[in-house]
Amino acid sequence: MLLIHCPYCGDRPELEFSYGGQAHIARPSKPESVTADQWVEFLYLRSNPRGVHAERWRHVRGCARYFNALRDTRTDRFIATYKAGEAPPQQSGSTP
Amino acid sequence: MVESATARSLEFAATRWLRPLPPAARCIFCGDEAAQAALVAALGLPGSAANCRAVSANGRSLLWLGPDERLVLAPADQRQSLSAAIEAATASHAHSLVDVSYRQVALELHGPTAVRLLNAQCPLELTATAFPVGMCTRTIYAKTEIVLWRTALESFHIEVWRSFAPYLVTLLGDVAKESGA
Ligand SMILES: [Zn+2]
Repeated sequence: MLLIHCPYCGDRPELEFSYGGQAHIARPSKPESVTADQWVEFLYLRSNPRGVHAERWRHVRGCARYFNALRDTRTDRFIATYKAGEAPPQQSGSTP
Repeated sequence: MVESATARSLEFAATRWLRPLPPAARCIFCGDEAAQAALVAALGLPGSAANCRAVSANGRSLLWLGPDERLVLAPADQRQSLSAAIEAATASHAHSLVDVSYRQVALELHGPTAVRLLNAQCPLELTATAFPVGMCTRTIYAKTEIVLWRTALESFHIEVWRSFAPYLVTLLGDVAKESGA
């Protein structure tokens, strides 16, 4: 079974987690002042990379916390996990 | 809070390796570090609970469930006084305190087959080094959420929501039968 490293609990089985979509999407601080297109982008448009993707995960059957992960969508390998609010860790040049 | 509700323990016959634990007072407490410190003091515990660890003293236990979430366990007759004491001690901190005494029930799985019976439906690594005595966590057993707490090398305290308890007990029985425990 795939193990995912929760920043609070350590390595835990995959089935304790749920996926939370793309990470680092900030809600416009003044929604009333953005254009419809900008709002559409915030609400609906997501990157869909073939490669490293920053995404939210929740340790829903454990500590119940949301955190962020860098995952390679080609291999399903978790490169790093980090707490919500933290910047994604720097990656070395090579990708798996 | 429904005061007329009775705190029943789980009703099933104890086996060599599984027994129902008596009713208990239970609270879920959420708050930041300062609030958690006030909670620890109110409970009279020697220290706070580290990540995925439980602390016990004088029949009261504090289980770490998440960075800001704790499960408090105490003898059933302390239900009223416990909430009042916690409420008084943490009044100056933003927090939430929910009495879950009747939401869940507890059972104890013990003996040399305990780990094998758990691992039949729970993928956590339960070796003594990966999951030492004193460690606790929320996790899942097959399709039900449980709180698993290792109280001794071959003894686990399990908290499960009341309506899922018959499922859990039946499943543990089936697993034991299949594995000849
Ligand atoms: Zn966790």
